[in-house]
Amino acid sequence: MKPFTLDRPETAADAVSAVAADPSAAYLAGGTNLVDHLKLGITAPGLLVDVSRLTSSDVREDDRGGLVVGAGVRNSDLAADRRVRERYPVLAEALLSGASGQLRNMATTGGNPLQRTRCVYFQDVSTPCNKRAPGSGCSALGGYTRYHAILGASEHCVATHPSDMAVALAVLDAEVRVLGPDGERVVAFTDLHRLPGDHPERDTVLGHGDLITEIALPPAAWARRSAYRKVRDRASYAFALVSVAAGVSLVDGVLEDVRVALGGVAHKPWRAHRAEAVLRGARPSREVFLAAADAELADARPVEGADGGNAFKVPLVRRTLAAVLRDLTEEADR
Amino acid sequence: MATTGTAGRSRTIELRVDGTAYHPDVDPRRTLLDLLREQLGVTSPKKGCDHGQCGACTVLLDGRRVLACLTLALTCDGAEVTTAAGLSGDDGLHPLPQAFVDHEGFQCGYCTPGQVCSAAGLLAEFDAGAPSHVTPSVSDSPRWTDEEIAERMSGNLCRCGAYVGIVAAIRQAGDKR
Repeated sequence: MKPFTLDRPETAADAVSAVAADPSAAYLAGGTNLVDHLKLGITAPGLLVDVSRLTSSDVREDDRGGLVVGAGVRNSDLAADRRVRERYPVLAEALLSGASGQLRNMATTGGNPLQRTRCVYFQDVSTPCNKRAPGSGCSALGGYTRYHAILGASEHCVATHPSDMAVALAVLDAEVRVLGPDGERVVAFTDLHRLPGDHPERDTVLGHGDLITEIALPPAAWARRSAYRKVRDRASYAFALVSVAAGVSLVDGVLEDVRVALGGVAHKPWRAHRAEAVLRGARPSREVFLAAADAELADARPVEGADGGNAFKVPLVRRTLAAVLRDLTEEADR
Repeated sequence: MATTGTAGRSRTIELRVDGTAYHPDVDPRRTLLDLLREQLGVTSPKKGCDHGQCGACTVLLDGRRVLACLTLALTCDGAEVTTAAGLSGDDGLHPLPQAFVDHEGFQCGYCTPGQVCSAAGLLAEFDAGAPSHVTPSVSDSPRWTDEEIAERMSGNLCRCGAYVGIVAAIRQAGDKR
C-alpha cells in the first residue's frame, strides 16, 4: 500500500471540501471494496476522507409516503428494516443476496452503488484493462468472460456492475441525493451509472468531490409485490451471473404496473424498459413473459471467450425473468 | 492538497480489545487485523486471505461481526473490539467454543476464532429478527434452522471442510441460549 493520509472530519461539508481540494483524494465509507483496492494496488489515493460517521445512519419516512435512507445506513440494517421488508421486499432480498454477514455489517448505502467491477482483469494489475488503466486495452475479450456483459458494452470494456442492491434501486426509481463542491443536487438512480463507451474508467456521472448523502425510495404500491432473484455459481457469497429485480400490480387479471431491472448483464444496473413496455397492459402468461425478455435481449451481444463465452446468459436471463414474473403474478392472483 | 492531517504519518488512537484498553500509535495503512496481531499481540483473529473472502479475521466491532482485514485501524478510534479469545470468561469456555469442541467443529482450527466470532454475531442478528437470503419471506421473522445457520455462516470458509460440525455446534449454542 502506498502511504496516504487518513482524515476524519466532523461534517459532510468539510469532507467534500477536503476531497474537492485534492485530486488524489477519495472517500472511505465501509471500506469493503476500497481497502481491498489499496492492497491490490488498483488505486493509490494520497488522502482518504472517512465519511462513515458523517451521513445519516437512519431510515426515515418522507412526506410523500416513501423512505429516505441515509448514506451511512449499513446494508444489514437496511435489509432488516421492517418498512423496507414490507414495502420494498425487492430491496431487502437484493441486499440479503449480496456478500456475507460480515460484509453487509460494514457496507453502506452510499458506498454500495459505487463499488467497482469484479472483472478479474480489472482486479489483476498485471493485465491490461481500459477501466483501470485507460488506453491499455481489454483483456476480457477472448479471455474469461463468464461474468461479463451482454448488453450496452463497448469495444473498450465488457465489465459488469457487481452490486445487487443497485439493481433493486434501479427498479424502484430511487433518487440519489448528492452533496458536491457546488452544493446539493438529485440524480435519478437509473442515471447514476454510465455505460462504458469510450470512457470505461468512469463508472458514474458523479464528479470528484461529489458525496452521496441519502438515497430516497419513492412511494410505490406495486413494490409490495416485488422480488429479486440472483443466479450464481454457488448457493451463497458469490456475484451474480444474472439477476432479475421485478415488481407487479394486477388489476382484473391484467398487468397494470410492472417494473423490471437486470443485474450481471451490463456495465450498469439495467432497467428493462423494453420488457416493461411489452408487459404493461398484458395478461400474464409464459408467452408474454418470454416475449418481454426477447424484446429486452434483442440487442444482446455475448462476448466470445476462452472459457466458451457468455452466450449462456441470454437464455438464462430469459428463463429467470419468466420465472420471477410467474411467481409474482401467481402470488398476486391468489 | 488537504490542509488537515499529517501526510501518511501515524496517529494515536484508543481502543479496547477483549476488555483491555490500548493506546497504539497507528500508521494510516494498518488494518485492524494487523494492529491486533502485529502491534498489540492479540493473535486470536487469524490472517487467511487478507482480502475479505475467508472470514478468518472476523471480530466483533462494537458488538457487530466485521472483517478486521478490510477495516483500517485509524477508523476504530474509541471502538470496543471482541475476539474469540475475549468471549471466554474466568469460569470456563463460552458456550460457542465449547460447542465447537463438543461437535468437532474444527480440524486444523485456523478458521475457528473467526467462525466463533461470526457465530456470536449471527446469534445476535437472528435474535433481532433479521431475515437472511434463505428466509422464506423477508416479511417474516426467520426460523432457527440449519439452513439459516449455513447461509449466515457463508462468509466463513473452512478448508478442512468441518462445516457439518460447525453448523451442529452453532445449533447447540443457539438452542441453549
